[in-house]
Order: sequence, then C-alpha cells, then structure tokens
Amino acid sequence: MQSVRAQRFHQNSDQIPSLPLYRSAPALEVRLEDFELFAIDRLRVLKAISDGLSRGKKPNEMENLVNDVWIENMRHAQASESVNKDIISHFVLRLVYCRTEDLRKWFLSMETALFRYRFMRLNSEDQKAQMAEFNLPYKSVGSAEYEGLKEKLGQVARSINQPLPSADAIFYKVPFEEVPELVACRKVYIHKGYAYVAMNQVVSLVVTQFRSHLSKALILTNRKWTSTIREQEKDRLAPIVEALSTSYLGPDYSQPRESGEIKIKDLDQIAKSSFPLCMRHLFEKLKEDHHLKHGGRMQLGLFLKGVGLKLEDALAFWRAEFSQKVGAERFEKEYAYSIRHNYGKEGKRTDYTPYSCQKIISSTPSVGDHHGCPFRHFSDENLRAALSRMGVGARAMEDVMDKVRNRHYQLACTLTFEAVHSSSCDAGINHPNQYFIDSQKSMQSKS
Amino acid sequence: MTRDESENGPEDMLIDGNEAEAPGRKQLDAIHDEFNANYLRVYYGKLFPYSDMFKWMSYGNDGKHPACDQTYIGRREFSFTLVDDIYVRFQSFASLNELERSIREKCPFKIDIGPVYSVDPTKRHAYAQSGDNVFTPVERELIFDIDMSDYDDVRYCCAGADVCKECWPLMTVAIKVIDTALRNDFGFNHILWVYSGRRGVHCWVCDRKARILSNEQRACIADYFRVYKGNENSHKKISLSGLVLHPFLARTYTEVLKDYFEEKLLLSQNILSTEERYEKILDMILDETVTTELRGKWREKRRSSITKDINVIRWEQLKQLLHSGKHKAMGLRRCIEEIVFSFTYPRLDMEVSKHMNHLLKAPFCVHPKTGRVCIPIDPSNCEEFDPTTVPTLSMLLEELNRGYSRDDFTDELDRTSLGKSIRYFRSSFLQPLLRSCKEEMESSYNAKIQQSKNSLSW
Repeated sequence: MQSVRAQRFHQNSDQIPSLPLYRSAPALEVRLEDFELFAIDRLRVLKAISDGLSRGKKPNEMENLVNDVWIENMRHAQASESVNKDIISHFVLRLVYCRTEDLRKWFLSMETALFRYRFMRLNSEDQKAQMAEFNLPYKSVGSAEYEGLKEKLGQVARSINQPLPSADAIFYKVPFEEVPELVACRKVYIHKGYAYVAMNQVVSLVVTQFRSHLSKALILTNRKWTSTIREQEKDRLAPIVEALSTSYLGPDYSQPRESGEIKIKDLDQIAKSSFPLCMRHLFEKLKEDHHLKHGGRMQLGLFLKGVGLKLEDALAFWRAEFSQKVGAERFEKEYAYSIRHNYGKEGKRTDYTPYSCQKIISSTPSVGDHHGCPFRHFSDENLRAALSRMGVGARAMEDVMDKVRNRHYQLACTLTFEAVHSSSCDAGINHPNQYFIDSQKSMQSKS
Repeated sequence: MTRDESENGPEDMLIDGNEAEAPGRKQLDAIHDEFNANYLRVYYGKLFPYSDMFKWMSYGNDGKHPACDQTYIGRREFSFTLVDDIYVRFQSFASLNELERSIREKCPFKIDIGPVYSVDPTKRHAYAQSGDNVFTPVERELIFDIDMSDYDDVRYCCAGADVCKECWPLMTVAIKVIDTALRNDFGFNHILWVYSGRRGVHCWVCDRKARILSNEQRACIADYFRVYKGNENSHKKISLSGLVLHPFLARTYTEVLKDYFEEKLLLSQNILSTEERYEKILDMILDETVTTELRGKWREKRRSSITKDINVIRWEQLKQLLHSGKHKAMGLRRCIEEIVFSFTYPRLDMEVSKHMNHLLKAPFCVHPKTGRVCIPIDPSNCEEFDPTTVPTLSMLLEELNRGYSRDDFTDELDRTSLGKSIRYFRSSFLQPLLRSCKEEMESSYNAKIQQSKNSLSW
C-alpha cells in the first residue's frame, strides 16, 4: 500500500501531497548513489533543525527555517520525485540511526520536530486530512457538552494569550495521556481524565502519535539490522550506513583525550580560567557549602569526567569537600556509589556522557539547587555580578544581557567566552566541555 | 538509578560527625529512645499489617479467577534497609508467607517499594544481557513526595528536619490541592496519602490507568503541577503569565491558597512584620513606584493597632496599591497571586514522580529518627491531622503491654491506636481498590473470551 501511495500523482502538480507517515518501507528501487545522497541531504535538514533548536529559536522561526532548509535540500522539480526522496531518505537514515540509544534519541527528536513544523505549515483542511490518516478514535465535542464547558475553555484560552473560542469552534475530547505536552504546559482544560484539545493544538496530538510510532519502529529496525541486514549487506550498504552516522553529530566528550588528564591540584586554577559559568557556579558553591544536591552533582561530576578527571581523583575531590559537611563515613555510604556509577563502575555500567547545553538549559533547578543554565535562571543582578567576576567588561556585558533577554542563552555564553578570552568563538558554544577545550586551546596559543 | 535519598539526606546534620566524643552506650540509647531494633522486632511481630499490604500489592491477582496473573506479585521490587545501613535491593516475594517471614527475620529499618518489573527482579541477571531490555518496569503507582524542608525559604518557625503546628498546615494545603486535581482533573480514584514519619507526606495513585503511565506521561503530570521555577539565584520564583489563570490554578487559589495565606500563614509566620521579611515580599514586586511607596509607609514607626495585626494591615495596603488604577502594568497583574503562590503552593520533588523505577518508602514503616509510624492521612479530613500525635513505636508497645488479655477486645485491631489507621486503610482505600480491580479483571477477561469466540465463528 505504501508504494502505491508513494507513487500517487496529483492532478495538479502544484499541490503539495500530505506528509508521509513512514509507516512501512517503500517498495521502490533506489540506485546506490541516491541511497547515500538522499540520506546526506536529509541529514543536512535534521542538522539544521538541531542547530536551530539549540540556539533557542522560537516556533515561528523554526517553521521558517524548516521550510527553507527543506526546499533547499529536498525539493525536486517533480512532486512525485520529492515524495520518493522524502520517504527513501527517511528509511535510509533509520538504518543509520537505529543502532544505539543515543543515535535513536537524536533521530527521534529531529524527525519529530521536522514533522511538527511541516505539519504546522499545512492549511487546516490539509491538517484535518493528515489527522484522518492517523485513524485516531477521538470525537469532537458535541454542542450540548460544549455549552457546559465553554467558560472553562475560554479561561484556558485567555490564560495562554489566545483568542476566545468561537461558538462553533471544534474541540477534540481525548484521554490526557495522548497530549502530554499540552497538559504539562497547562494549555488545555482537563476534566476527569480527558483533555479538550482545540483545533490549533491538534499538532500536539499527531506529533505524539508520530513520535510513539517512530520510536517503536526504530527498535524493530535495530533488531532487524543486527540480526540479518548487517551481515547480508556487509559489502554494500553497511559501510555507507556506518560512515553516515559518525559524520554529523558533534563529539559527545565521553572519552576524554589522553593529553587532557587533570589533577585535583589544578582544579581551582582551571575553574577560574576555563570553566563556563554554569560549572564555575557549581564549583564555587561546592567549595562554599561543601555540598551539592543531586542535579548539581550530576552536572558538575560528569563535566569533570569529560575534562579528564579520573575516577580515583574524582572520589578524592568529592570526598574532600563533602566530608567537611557530612563526614567521611557518610560520604562513602551515600555518595561514593553514585560517583562510581557515573564512571560506569556500578549498576548497569553505562559510561554516562557529560550534559550538553541543550540538556542543561532544559533542566529545572529548584530550591537549594545550583545546576541548570545561569543565563536562564539567574536574575539580572546576580548574572551581572557573576559575569563581572569572570572578567566580562562593561560593553560586552550589555551584549550578553541583550542575548539573555531574547532567551539566546548559548549565544550569551559564547559572547562571554569571547569577552573573557579576547578571542572569537565562531562555532558557538554547544557543550560545556567544548567551552573548556576551546578555552584551554586559546590560552595555550597565547602563551 | 540512585537511592531515594529523601529522609536520610544531607540536610540533617547528625551527631556522628564528631568521632572524638565517643558517647557512652547509655547516651546512644537515650537518643533513640523512640526507636530501636528490639521495639521494631515486636512491631513486626505483632502489628505490621502484612496481609493488607500483600492484598494491596497484588491488585487482585492473588485470587482464583482465571484472569489472575500468579506471577504478578513476585515481579514487584521491595528493598530493605537493614541495621548498620546495609541496603538490599531487588527483593521479591511470591506469597504472603514469604513476605511475612522475610520482614520478621530481617527486621528492616526501612522498607521501600519499587515497580513491578517484566520478570522477577531476583532473576534479572538472566535477562539484562540480552540487549532487548527485557528486564524493565512495567507497572508502577503514580507517586508524589512532598517534603517540608523544600519550604525552608518561606517558613520562619522551623528549618530542616523540624516540623511544628505552625508550618504543618503547608502540608495540608499541598494535600488538598494535589488530591483535588488528581480526582477532578485527571480522573483518578484510588489515592492513598501517607505521613512520611517526620516532615512530609507521600501520595500513591493506584488506579490501573496510573500504574501503566510511561515516564514521559508521569513527567507531564508533574509539570502540570509545577509552578515554582526558581531558586536563590533568581528573583521571581513564580511567574503567572497570561490574562487569567488556568482553571486549575484559579481553583487552587480561590478554594485553598488565598484563605490559607490571608487567614493563617500571614499571622503565624509574621510575614510582613519586620524589615527583613517584608523586603522579601517587596523583591517580588517589580515596580519601583509601588515598592517605594510601600516601603515609605512601613518604615514609619509601627503604629500598634489594637484591633488588627500588623501583617494584616500591611497586606491590605499592599493589595490596595496593586489593585488601584495606576498600576495596571502587565507585570503586576498577577503579583498578588504570585506572592500567595510562592508561599503556599505545593512543592513537589519532580524526580520522584517522573521515573517508574523510583523507590518509595512503604506505608506502615516506622521512621528511625522519630519512631513514628507512617500512617495514612484522610485527604477529606487532612486539616485534622496532627503529626505530633501520630503513634510512636514505644507508645504502641506500651499499649500492647497494657492490653494484656486478648479477650478484652472484640477486635484485635483495637489493641493499639494503630487499629484506627489500619481500619481507615482498609475501608477507604484497599476495599474500593480491590473491588475495582476485580471488576476490571472480569470485564477484560470476558472481552477476551468474546473476542476469541468471534474469531472462531464462520
């Protein structure tokens, strides 16, 4: 059925077909060169999405970005060829990105985002048609029920700065589990387990479905790859697939370079000179309070591992601080385990990777916490004070604060780096360990 | 997967940091007057409600109905904290006898309950290597943990491990807000609230719908409840944007928070009585004209009023100024609600709720530091709950000794004050839950039979 759909021609070649759902692999023939080229083009799109998200672009900016980058890389003169390329490239990338959990997570996020922004560009007729393809069993709210709910629905709309729903507005009544993001942001009215979803929120429903389906499909693809395909294709597709996966994701800093081994006695010094603000803050608080809560321990601990602090040194470092507050015995009992856990020496022996900026920015520090991104959470006053202690001058300070106001936290951090090191950082900061490495490089090249 | 660090966390600084003192045996016993292993042994011998707990954890699978899954209870993880802080995870029990025997033998200082896994946790090693993640949680109650120490920045009467009559009402507020939302908004029915034994409360949502929620769905529920987003480094920790409040927040404010703040908290915590304290409130108002005016009024010599408390007077002045026509700026629109929310709105530990594999202390355990039993709290009567009158281990043992002859009582439960709690647990929580489990089991079984009949028909 999928191959028929893929080859469906539209009467009017200007008409954009509905978005493919990638439910089953196409029964199409592909040339080997196209196999790789299509995948690379799609990868450019996904990478652009990843960049846009980590730079904190707003939804309408993302919509435009996706549209531009899609047209640039994926469009073909003939509509049917575009559709083929779309489907083929998706399935090729599934092979590439199904193989580890990190790859799957990244691919899932980017494909879901791609789907979301493409869906948002459809007009409401096309959106309704797209929704129908999902075969969701949800009914729209009848007029009697709507009368009873109107007031609450209006309240919700006003609480998210949306216009009041009209008298004939359509709402879907769905179990709240189907629209987790809307519930989490309190953008819907929920009652007795059902969420009342407005037409313009329907994207959330379909995105959840898309995501859940793709997530399962990736696991299945991985199984098939490991059990049969990889061996069958070891001379043909496997080398291409393996090459594709390493080319586009940035380094994850899970393997510290041999030259980058750090000793405890160096920590104070390098914290002052080369730590990004988030880690500096955690480090200072640790020295001050001789304690950090869980979120802070994870964020700083994994960063230090990425910087090159070996396990024995890490244990000594944390022990030296914590035992001043809780005693050496309690340190061994309650904290040493999780440090060893971070280095992959306990439990399921995963060697955890240091957090990227995206992850840190999206975390939610609460009372007594010091982790998270300071550019996001610090008040103006506190941020200025912290930056000036780092050595950011008055003029650069205003540029940084301007970025913060516009919620471009990573750009703010990049400007901070540039101000502190008096050198430029073209790539932009995406990862605290990247900040550290670039800082050390910059200092070395000066000495 | 880290241990649940809630009760024994680093916030409470204990005496063992100072080894040089070497206190004598007597002193150590005096410290733990309310709790020791011998008392605990008697408690586990005579009072711990094994069969109720077992029935609960079985969710109806311990019956004879063909739909019962006999492997269910054996796939639930329990963990024990033994004497000397030895921690044993991944315990499981296939029968009531095994559960009882193990607890009586090992006498755990703390019992934690984890998720129901895909296979018996004691056999997990046989599966962990397969790479298909076959050893994985499949069911787990939706849980919440509210701890008084998370409110330290808004209570002046105690800090850290302490709890008193003045600040405990913050827990009452939390229970009311969360319980109402869980029932009204999310449609859950089988909810158990439990006193954590010292300074907080736990919530167990046991509907089937709740037990099969994924981690992502749990996170979304936790986020629905989240309002507080800051810490000491940010000024405003609560930001209520939008022209009006979402119905959930509006209801929370008008039905619970507003009255509690204005009639109780304002006075019992003396929120506006000193400069240091009122400056904290003024910090939350981002309009200098307003704050300057209020500061001016309040710096004058305190005019003692016989009729009205100074906190009440100042709060009224603040409200009046913010409501008055001249200050309708966007940022100030919700200022009053923000202040009230920041003091009273429930503060949940997000991490506890978000992950299926998070362990949580079992009800009816005894808290080692206070000796109090973790008894259920009735959410419809939670204002009546007083943590200082919760039965302690030594109190219960004394009652046991007094009630020498069993014939004195018609019901064994009445021998001690624990009986009341167990009765409540059974009638208000366990029985309705088991009834509902039975119905669900029967109806899904009948549906399956019907389906297979249909598929056989020509």
